[in-house]
Amino acid sequence: MNLQITAPAAAPGTPRKLPRWLAPALDVATPVLGGLAFLLCWEIFVRAFEVSRFILPAPSAIFAKLVAEFPVLLKALLFTATITVSAFIAAVVSGIAVGVLITQHRLTEKLVWPYAVALQVTPMVAIAPLVVIWVGLDRVWLGLMVLAWIVAFFPMLSNTVVGMKSADHGLRNVFQLYRASRWQRFRHLQLPAALPYILAGARISSGLAVIGAVVAEFVAGSGAATGLAWVIVESGTMLDVARMFAALLMLSLFGLSIWFVMGHVQRLLLSRWHESEVSQEG
Amino acid sequence: MNAPRAEFLDAEPLVRFSGVDKVYANGTLALKNLDLSVRPGEFVSLLGPSGCGKSTALRIVAALGHHSSGRVERPGEGADARGEIGFVFQEPHLMPWGTVFDNVYLPLKLLGKSRAAAKAEVMAVLEMVGLSGFADSYPRELSGGMRMRVSIARALVTRPRLLLMDEPFAALDEITRNKLSRDLLSIWQASGATIMFVTHSVYESVYLSSRIVVMAARPGRIIGELDIAEPYPRDEEFRLSPEYAAHCREVSALLARAMNEAA
Repeated sequence: MNLQITAPAAAPGTPRKLPRWLAPALDVATPVLGGLAFLLCWEIFVRAFEVSRFILPAPSAIFAKLVAEFPVLLKALLFTATITVSAFIAAVVSGIAVGVLITQHRLTEKLVWPYAVALQVTPMVAIAPLVVIWVGLDRVWLGLMVLAWIVAFFPMLSNTVVGMKSADHGLRNVFQLYRASRWQRFRHLQLPAALPYILAGARISSGLAVIGAVVAEFVAGSGAATGLAWVIVESGTMLDVARMFAALLMLSLFGLSIWFVMGHVQRLLLSRWHESEVSQEG
Repeated sequence: MNAPRAEFLDAEPLVRFSGVDKVYANGTLALKNLDLSVRPGEFVSLLGPSGCGKSTALRIVAALGHHSSGRVERPGEGADARGEIGFVFQEPHLMPWGTVFDNVYLPLKLLGKSRAAAKAEVMAVLEMVGLSGFADSYPRELSGGMRMRVSIARALVTRPRLLLMDEPFAALDEITRNKLSRDLLSIWQASGATIMFVTHSVYESVYLSSRIVVMAARPGRIIGELDIAEPYPRDEEFRLSPEYAAHCREVSALLARAMNEAA
């Protein structure tokens, strides 16, 4: 029998190769177009069924509210953003520091770890009143920061601890062979090995810091602390649902931008060596 | 270049095991009454079935493991003698976050040498393993064989008197393995280092070694030694020669005895 092997003709329906510039453009355009279509359906739905604006305002009404109240909303956003970012930075610094310290000695890890877990599993909502009393009612912002820090701290700590222990066993032998000092082992082996874990932790932590700041404000906030969460509570009591949506929108845009910044930092630091950031050529 | 055996015999041994025992914490007797001398310039293979303690012996030489009793003399005892021993593991074990240059530079960095001062040495040893053009590549961009070359370069960069290799080619395909074996022989001759090579391949050990030490398992012990008194450099022709085949038969017979005694 005569065996012939030929390349299969392009099957019908096989996607053709896209031009180089089109792929990234599609990455942006697809979700944007999807979102616009969704808003359009929402608008039509609200108008067609004459839904009460106290239940579901139309996107156009929300946008109008956003424009009208922009200065107030922006001020609230800045407040929430300050709390979130400072709590996040505090969590990153303290999480890495404690994580590094407790992995230097087995004993310290045994001592600290259960309490770190306890701090993590205790609901933040339950600690909030206590924290507010401690920092004083005239400094609610500090209380919010502490609460957001508590929530964002644990992923940093646990990821640093796991990362510090993840160094390749054979590489540890290499360091041992050349009698590396404890500092050399930390600086040139454990810390770089832990970096991908620390960055993954930071990404989780950044999201949790936003959640922490908002929930803390729900629980402990007052007229003195006017972040976005308080705007939502306030608008809710006034049944100004469009304003609630406007505040929500700003909150999620803020969360998204933090997520993108963290993703960018991660790519920048790991781009050439870590499998998670390397795309396979096909 | 012939490496006559007589030259080895005259010199003081570089490594000497006298009555070395190694007992693991769980009671396993990994090495029993091991006597072994390696002289400067030799290429000695430790050949045996798994569990015969050949890797354990190598780790003891590198001070990555400790023996339970007996006497071990090895280079690199003093504080200033770091870098007297190079070690190549079964896997390359490179730092994924560093370039090829960073990885090869690592031992010198740990010994306190600046990057600028080490540059010439690193480039020279990269040239020796045939990776001159890859100094700025990352390990993930290299093939398995090239990663192993980086690992060998890292072990050689301190110009060690003794190079320990623990089944370095076991995870590579046969074509790459043969190529690396041939290159290892020229590296050995160019560097002047003494090599202790752990393997479970009869063919690999006969091709590479000036002497083969055959070990048996349970407990780990030496069962016999064979000189491969064939001249270096050895090329692909040697692999096809009747002498090579004869040596392989001889070593296989000894290995078979090791297996029988263990069983």
